[in-house]
Amino acid sequence: MSVETSPKPVTWHDWLLAEAPQSRSQARLTRWYANWLALKRNPLAVSGVIIILALILMAVFASWIAGQSPYAQLLTARLEPPSMEHWFGTDELGRDIFARIIYGSRITLLIIFLVSIVVLPVGILIGTLAGYFGGVFDMFLMRITDIFLAFPRLVMALAFAAALGPGIENAVLAISITAWPPYARLARAETMTIRRSDFILATRMQGASALRIIWSHIVPLCLPSVIVRLTLDMAGIILIAAGLGFLGLGAQPPAPEWGLMVSSGRSYLLDQWWVATIPGIAIFVVSFGFNLLGDGLRDVFDPKGL
Amino acid sequence: MSEGPLLTVEDLRVAYRGRSGPVPALRGVSFIVGRERVGIVGESGSGKSTIGLTILRLLPQSALVSAKRLCLLDTDLMAASERAMRSIRGRRISMVLQDPKYSLNPVITVGRQIAESYKVHSGASTREARRRALEMLEAVRIRDPERVFDLYPHEVSGGMGQRVMIAMMLIPEPELLIADEPTSALDVTVQAQLLVLIDELIRRRRMGLILISHNINLVASFCDRVVVLYAGRIMESLKASELALARHPYTQGLLACRPLIDRAQPELPQLTRDPSWLDAPDESRRGTGA
Repeated sequence: MSVETSPKPVTWHDWLLAEAPQSRSQARLTRWYANWLALKRNPLAVSGVIIILALILMAVFASWIAGQSPYAQLLTARLEPPSMEHWFGTDELGRDIFARIIYGSRITLLIIFLVSIVVLPVGILIGTLAGYFGGVFDMFLMRITDIFLAFPRLVMALAFAAALGPGIENAVLAISITAWPPYARLARAETMTIRRSDFILATRMQGASALRIIWSHIVPLCLPSVIVRLTLDMAGIILIAAGLGFLGLGAQPPAPEWGLMVSSGRSYLLDQWWVATIPGIAIFVVSFGFNLLGDGLRDVFDPKGL
Repeated sequence: MSEGPLLTVEDLRVAYRGRSGPVPALRGVSFIVGRERVGIVGESGSGKSTIGLTILRLLPQSALVSAKRLCLLDTDLMAASERAMRSIRGRRISMVLQDPKYSLNPVITVGRQIAESYKVHSGASTREARRRALEMLEAVRIRDPERVFDLYPHEVSGGMGQRVMIAMMLIPEPELLIADEPTSALDVTVQAQLLVLIDELIRRRRMGLILISHNINLVASFCDRVVVLYAGRIMESLKASELALARHPYTQGLLACRPLIDRAQPELPQLTRDPSWLDAPDESRRGTGA
């Protein structure tokens, strides 16, 4: 009955917490599992994970969950309050708000994904180059980032979105242009501490070129902090995307983008509160979820934060 | 193969730009290295490590370097472009640093670091590089190369890390190895093993070795020739076997400072330093005959 009598660890839990892992892959899984346990101890972080998982599931299975098209209009059923038939009510064109919220998660996730894959490489590239080469080159790149950092993000995103023209792709571009400078700063700071270390000197002694050193020795060391920063930034990205949509510079009607829905519902706010409020709650919940997860991840990955 | 000196250094001067004008680090250093073991000894700050970095041209931008001659066989290292230097570093001259804890990238497995070192210069395939790296790990007497190949630097001991470092530096088969205090971070027993290993490897490959150390005993017992450095200037250069016959007061002073195991010394003598030595005619030409 007791655990001592069993010759081998039997449960996954035991296997994953083995003091002496049998293989490298087990060691790696053990580390992931330990991180997960640390994250699990933090109830706020777990709720963040749950919210984001729910968002992803919503996006993937949108057509099954929603039950109807987010574009189907029924002008005889305009502005109906929440009921059994329309859980979240209907909007000014008689479209089911529940279906639109569900489909809207796809747009939100798409924007986050696209912004991340633009911002990460650009920020890391500029930051590591500036940090590694230093001197005039560093000064030049950092003054450019200073220019971008000198303006409020939403205002600058607005300016770029207005110049590029409305639309989701342009909103993504505008957000990315305003989002990369902090990543460049972070990567530069990391690079400047790493490039003075002996193992970089040792690599140079073997005749490695600057680009090889940056790519295979510095970038892997910069990644963790940049990724944690990105998770913390996701909420900001969602808010800016919603803000652009609200102001008519992001997603265009009839797309079920949440910011756009808030915007079109605001003229009915006093009499039909649900039209603007429910997408607003969706924006709030999702950005809250990302913030909670980001905080939790930072605590897990930052050894100083214990 | 021509049997001229492998490395010729003549009147090498290095100064670092300081707040109030340049601060000299090397004041006219000349020596040659053949396919032999040359030890450079000196106090902290005497410019030992600067010599190594200058030969590889890896000093920071703020350093002012001049030399009458700085040649590896026929290649002029002073005139070589950065691109040319990249193919010399590692391939022809490489350097082992003091502490393997800091000189291996913590997030890359040691095997990959060795293999990469080989790939940079030979352009070999990943598989070939892996095979060579495993051979090299075996050559530095690591018992289970297959297992060690996949370890991260924090998972190997100090002595093992330094073996890995040596493997990494020797895999492109350079002609000259500069070892900058290669054993200072290690236990005494491991030190001896490691020196025997370095010795064996460079003999087999007919390489030259510059061993930089502050440990005059170690250099005297291990090297063929000893160069004594003081404040960026060579005080004396002599055969290791003749170290006891050193004529220069500074070398004699260094030797006198060693605690002896067979004689009780209530106090070790203090090292006397005389700035006028720096103006004395160059002693280094004497006794350089191989």
